[in-house]
Amino acid sequence: MLIKKPVDIRPSEITSKESYFNRRKFMQAAALAGGSIVAGDALPAIIPNEKRAKLEGVVPSEFSTDETPNSYDDVTTYNNYYEFGLRKDDPFRNSQEFKPRPWSIEVTGDAEVTGSFALEDFVNSQTLEERIYRLRCVEAWSMVIPWVGISLADVVKRFKPLSKAKYVVFETLLDRDQMPGQRSRSLRWPYVEGLTIAEATNPLPILAVGVFGEVLPNQNGAPLRLIVPWKYGFKSIKGIVRMHFTDKQPRTSWDLAASHEYGFYANVNPNVDHPRWSQARERRIGANQGGGFQSLFSASKQDTVMFNGYGEHVAHLYDGLDLKKNF
Amino acid sequence: MDTVQQIRFIWKPLIFIASLVPFALVVGDLFQVTGSLGPNPVEEIQDRFGYWGLRFILIALAVTPARTITGKQWLTRFRRMLGLFAFFYVLMHFLTWLILDQGLLLSAIGEDIFKRPFITIGFAATLILLALTATSTAGVRRRLGKTWQKLHNWVYAAAILGVWHYWWQVKLDASDPAIYAAILALLLGYRFWQRRKRARQRTQTASA
Repeated sequence: MLIKKPVDIRPSEITSKESYFNRRKFMQAAALAGGSIVAGDALPAIIPNEKRAKLEGVVPSEFSTDETPNSYDDVTTYNNYYEFGLRKDDPFRNSQEFKPRPWSIEVTGDAEVTGSFALEDFVNSQTLEERIYRLRCVEAWSMVIPWVGISLADVVKRFKPLSKAKYVVFETLLDRDQMPGQRSRSLRWPYVEGLTIAEATNPLPILAVGVFGEVLPNQNGAPLRLIVPWKYGFKSIKGIVRMHFTDKQPRTSWDLAASHEYGFYANVNPNVDHPRWSQARERRIGANQGGGFQSLFSASKQDTVMFNGYGEHVAHLYDGLDLKKNF
Repeated sequence: MDTVQQIRFIWKPLIFIASLVPFALVVGDLFQVTGSLGPNPVEEIQDRFGYWGLRFILIALAVTPARTITGKQWLTRFRRMLGLFAFFYVLMHFLTWLILDQGLLLSAIGEDIFKRPFITIGFAATLILLALTATSTAGVRRRLGKTWQKLHNWVYAAAILGVWHYWWQVKLDASDPAIYAAILALLLGYRFWQRRKRARQRTQTASA
């Protein structure tokens, strides 16, 4: 038989009615996609909707660490995502019904290109890269995680921020029905985070859409989250629905909750302790794996490194800044 | 069998075994028989022992009010055992921190105890419970006489420090420690109220 089964067409490859008829949106998408069409270098990023679907066309990155990544279970069952509860396994337990599609990202503020963009349009002009990064939580534990995402610097450049824009602010989805943690007032919702433009256009930060070569699980911030590897984990905001360019330093959620404990910069810094605990060392999750008494005694604590070991790429961003004051 | 013997040979062993269940579950989870300790086993063990230390302090403190309210004097016979279990779990919590969390690194331990107020007060509570445990035998109680009760009133300080220690290390949402604080406030409030009632009765009998 010569007749072959046709290749499955992904839903995201079919132009939706809305985007076909919405000229403004279409023009914006074209403007966004322009760069890579001209260059014609890499496959457009396609983000499947199915849980644990494999991501295609992922290229490795020179920024990846060669440290061994944590297990899939570590990464997907132990994390903070207060929108789904306060315990470490709450995000895994309470996010399984969450619907990360359809999803759009609103871009507002001091930029030439603004508007509302479907996730697919937002992401698919850029190359998906695997970035294996260390993650250091402000609670003094750490992991190594193989994220998949797009360069934030390239995203920011596509929207052409005006020269007066000094910060880019991110917001998480506000949805009490789907995010039970938002029904309690543990933090002020929606979750808000931000970076300076200089930080956001550094080559290290990415907007992640996947992990372990697969589509991002809900509990890890699906469908789109920030990763800033030299800052404490809470800066890496999840479930992003808004990107706002502004000249004012934003009040972030943790700053509003406890400004003496969580600063705007939140750079990993072993020399500046949290008011209540030391930041000099960290526990590497996974080091005590395996069960049995022996596993408990394997050395799981290690010294924390300035900028989480990414100083060569980012230290210059803070020249002349007192990092004890600007913690 | 009379009540005293029933308590001694049936109820005390049963409560002793029940009190060991949280410890057995930690061991069972560690060997992945009853469950698992999750990706951060050291923290999980430390937390569980800490919770049970606090719970046993509250349970032990509930014995006297329960006796007064129900009039069942034999309840007092369980008080020492429950108090000793409180110390047992607090000690396990302390040892987990000392050996597994800090890895017996003296500089880090010293820094934690003296620079981190929530660890300072937790350490103080542990020392108080240690002193109470060391003086918990019938012999010491007889020898100390009235001083014994004065010494053992320090359990109230240990309980307050314990709840405070828990409250202080919570990152953001204090609703769980608030439950422990509310129960402790109830148990201490009851004693305060009883004391005032007794004092009033004394003045009434004196003036009568």
